Amino acid sequence: MEQELKPELQIRKVKGPDGVEFEVEPLRDYYCEALPTVQHGAYIQIVEDFFNWARSHSLWILGFGTGCGAIEMRPLMTPRFDAYRYGIQWRPTPRQANLLVISGYLSVKTLKRAIRAYEQMQSPKYVVGLGSCTINGGMYWDSYNTIKRLDDYMPVDLYIVGCMPRPEALLAGFEDLKKLIRAGKAEGANQYAEKFDWYKSNQKRVIHDWDMPDYSW
Amino acid sequence: MSFDWMKIPYALLTVFIVFNYGMLLGALIQKIGARAGRRHGIPIWQNYVDLIKNYGQRTSITHGVMFYLGPVFRLTGGIGLLLFVPTIYGSYMFSNLSFAGDLILALYFVFFGTLGMALGAGESGHPHAAIGITRGLSQVSVAELPFALAVFAVALQYQTLSVTDIVAAQQGGVMNWTLFTNPLAVAAAMLAFLGSMMRPPFDVVIAPQEIPIGPPTEYHSAYLALMQTNRAIFPIAKMVIYMNLFFGGATSWPEFAVKVFLLYLFSAFVGVCFPRFRVEQSIRWFLIWAVPLGVLAILWV
Amino acid sequence: MRALHIRLQHLFPLGELTEQRPDLGFVTVPAAYLRPTLLHLRDREGYTHLVLLTAVDWLEEDLFQLTYLLSNRSTGCDIGLRVKFPRQAAHMESIHDLWPTAATYQRELREMFGIDFPGSPRLHEEFILEGWNDIPPYRRDFDTLKYARANYNDRPGRETHDPEQHMKQQLYPDGA
Repeated sequence: MEQELKPELQIRKVKGPDGVEFEVEPLRDYYCEALPTVQHGAYIQIVEDFFNWARSHSLWILGFGTGCGAIEMRPLMTPRFDAYRYGIQWRPTPRQANLLVISGYLSVKTLKRAIRAYEQMQSPKYVVGLGSCTINGGMYWDSYNTIKRLDDYMPVDLYIVGCMPRPEALLAGFEDLKKLIRAGKAEGANQYAEKFDWYKSNQKRVIHDWDMPDYSW
Repeated sequence: MSFDWMKIPYALLTVFIVFNYGMLLGALIQKIGARAGRRHGIPIWQNYVDLIKNYGQRTSITHGVMFYLGPVFRLTGGIGLLLFVPTIYGSYMFSNLSFAGDLILALYFVFFGTLGMALGAGESGHPHAAIGITRGLSQVSVAELPFALAVFAVALQYQTLSVTDIVAAQQGGVMNWTLFTNPLAVAAAMLAFLGSMMRPPFDVVIAPQEIPIGPPTEYHSAYLALMQTNRAIFPIAKMVIYMNLFFGGATSWPEFAVKVFLLYLFSAFVGVCFPRFRVEQSIRWFLIWAVPLGVLAILWV
Repeated sequence: MRALHIRLQHLFPLGELTEQRPDLGFVTVPAAYLRPTLLHLRDREGYTHLVLLTAVDWLEEDLFQLTYLLSNRSTGCDIGLRVKFPRQAAHMESIHDLWPTAATYQRELREMFGIDFPGSPRLHEEFILEGWNDIPPYRRDFDTLKYARANYNDRPGRETHDPEQHMKQQLYPDGA
């Protein structure tokens, strides 16, 4: 179904400060059209292992709370749990983060934003699904606007079960993720690039008003 | 005048030592801040790991030439500042490339990185970056004012623009330090110091909870790593200037380490005690409290 | 509350008063008299605050009900006006000129129940749902389970237990 674009995304004429009129096509001019490619690690295995070790000890979480589970992430910053001890930090922009935590149920509207945030992150990047809602819909299994399987829409490295998982469970989950990264098994970004068409078709099936480029850089 | 080529490797050695000291000290100060909040805080080597990770990221995106040059300018500002003032007074190895008029150059370099950053972040086209730059430049400019006044007061006091000469004049006992010979200038400069250290209460520019992280919003991967490198070097370089101008300089590395640590601790101490100012509040604060002190310092000399 | 109801009954053809608490009552109003009643309550009786505007779907009776809850800030009394109207081509007079906040409520009701409020600003913009392509989801004839099954993939292996039976099994396995 072809949706009409929002006014700010339509092709329009703009008059620059120097008086020259030119045409702007936001979807082409403001976004890069290049699709993701599979990124290879360093050629020497030991260097890649060293980088993986560094990545595992420096998890920068994107501070994007998608559902009620976000409330369980906040205590991790407090004196009681203090995730900073384990090299876990929160970054406010997707550019600098390398871990996206989908904290709980994901409505279709939020999914759209989550996909964009995920695509703006730099490879290698990891996704952790939090709570049963991301696994099979949880208590929102019959809801009209929440997705039920997160791994249909983006590559998930690790699920943390519970409704909601306590902060301790989150810390344990992050430790498991570190092991995956050190073993070189957390290659979600490459998986996303390889099966890009499959992910996109899944995403477009639930997001009816798709008004963004296929890949937001 | 013949140039002493041996100075270059020695200067690089200084940069290396200062970089590592800055990395560790930054983590230590963060740990101290965390302890004030009853947390353990990051491990002491965390900054190194973050740096390696950011250099090891596989992809990066550019927004244009200035986007590349922003972090480079910033690092140039930090290293340049460090290279053109004597780090250790009286040492041939670590007096770096200091020369007769280096005080003016140092003042320039303090601002240089910020301007480069402004151009680079502006090119990224992100609205948060633009807001961050506006806030950052206005705050840094106004914090620079009392510092410049204090520097002029000191230059007038010692009748020289050479940092080496200023340090030399302060030797021979604690009572010769500018801290005691011209306390007003030191007070003004220390208030300016708070403003330029990007710690609370003056960190609204890069605070993650504000418009997300300000100017470096779009910076990532190796760009960010370059800026992290600078964040290790630049504060130390700035503190070297303060140490030289106001606190008698350092004649050995241990003395350097202690003085820099205490200066850093001062800003961290203020930082954990006071909440964050908004930009217009901090500008007003600098104009009301710090600038008159600087003017008085000049009048007093 | 009773006194207010008697005063209002002299002016408008109101239904019975349902008094839930001494300071909270509900009363039914014919759709044609809604606006004068609201205006009277707002300007003469001090009910200046529109607390909420919500809808109920009486599917069996083929009616929609709108509830306008007003509050008198000085006496702390709340009164709810109930208006019923047919579900077919459901529409109601907009009150965005009485309370500007009502426009937001009406946008939501238009989207979730499909009730039209002619003249209300930005009524047809998307409010919560984006790209919705079915009948409004809060209508009771909308089958959310069917919609979810058709649109969102299930993960196989999900088990559902009736809580009562499950706990009985857990606590009394021998059926005692």
